[in-house]
Amino acid sequence: MKSHRELCSGSSCAACKLLKRRCTPTCQFAPYFQSDESNKFAKVHKVFGASNVSKILNEVPQEQREDAVNSLVYEADVRLSDPVYGCIGVIASLQKKIVELQHDLILSRARLAYYVDQTVLCLDDGANMCPVIDMVEPFKGKDCFSFDQFTQYPFP
Amino acid sequence: MASSSSYNSPCAACKFLRRKCMPGCIFAPYFPPEEPQKFANVHKIFGASNVTKLLNELLPQQREDAVNSLAYEAEARVRDPVYGCVGAITFLQRQVERLQKELDAANADLTRLTCNEIPTGLPSTRVVNSFHSMVAPRQRPVRIGNESGGNIYQTPQDFYFPYPPPWNGHNPSGNIHGGGADGNF
Repeated sequence: MKSHRELCSGSSCAACKLLKRRCTPTCQFAPYFQSDESNKFAKVHKVFGASNVSKILNEVPQEQREDAVNSLVYEADVRLSDPVYGCIGVIASLQKKIVELQHDLILSRARLAYYVDQTVLCLDDGANMCPVIDMVEPFKGKDCFSFDQFTQYPFP
Repeated sequence: MASSSSYNSPCAACKFLRRKCMPGCIFAPYFPPEEPQKFANVHKIFGASNVTKLLNELLPQQREDAVNSLAYEAEARVRDPVYGCVGAITFLQRQVERLQKELDAANADLTRLTCNEIPTGLPSTRVVNSFHSMVAPRQRPVRIGNESGGNIYQTPQDFYFPYPPPWNGHNPSGNIHGGGADGNF
């Protein structure tokens, strides 16, 4: 993020260029949409509109505005890439990935446990000098990603 | 999907915008008058004209899903003006990374055992090679990284997946409708 002064002298920010207005020293968009980032603002403007972005930024503390702009840019980019589902498509994809990984993890750990058991059983009879080592942590519920967590997020 | 114009009752959008709800109102099928907050959120974040343009670019059969996804994103943004639903994406991405690491570790252990390497000090003796196939490591997720570094936002083309949204009743992965005050759309 650059201050307006750090921008090229006499250069409007990307927002004011697109909106065809004079970029003032107190321009709200200038710190986040540099003059060479016209595409970045164009996406946000197309999806949300400049006035809505301005209202959102006004609701956010100064120190969080850069993060807010970045998330709006991301959301706009996703929506333009996928006009039907937008970020929901990404969320659904990640959820599916998590289910797959959990499934694979359960399988791998089960096979690991079985294999370790088999290894111990194959040792020669006699004193087993080595303790049976449980190489597999119990797949405790609390270690899993629970979708209950997500259903409470981001809506606590 | 409601068609409030058929009941001579304005849809939530036209009520909000204080205009007459015409028979061909583009919003009417998706913003029933019983759900005023849904349109209020969408209007606040996206604006009515932007939503109209978006819907006009879509096929009619795609519009309901588009409206529902916009409503979800709008509600998320209203509740969290800084991150919106991107916060949820960040959370899930971290879960994916964690699970992938755990899976890699488990598969590495399997590999070591099946190659007769026993890292724990068990005697190197006859080992039953019962497993010749192991779980193939999942393809690593594409890391969401920022082009300018630092944050974790990136264009998600690698994550595009035509997964049916849960609001159509198909929800094998969990409910992404949060436990908010109004989880129903």
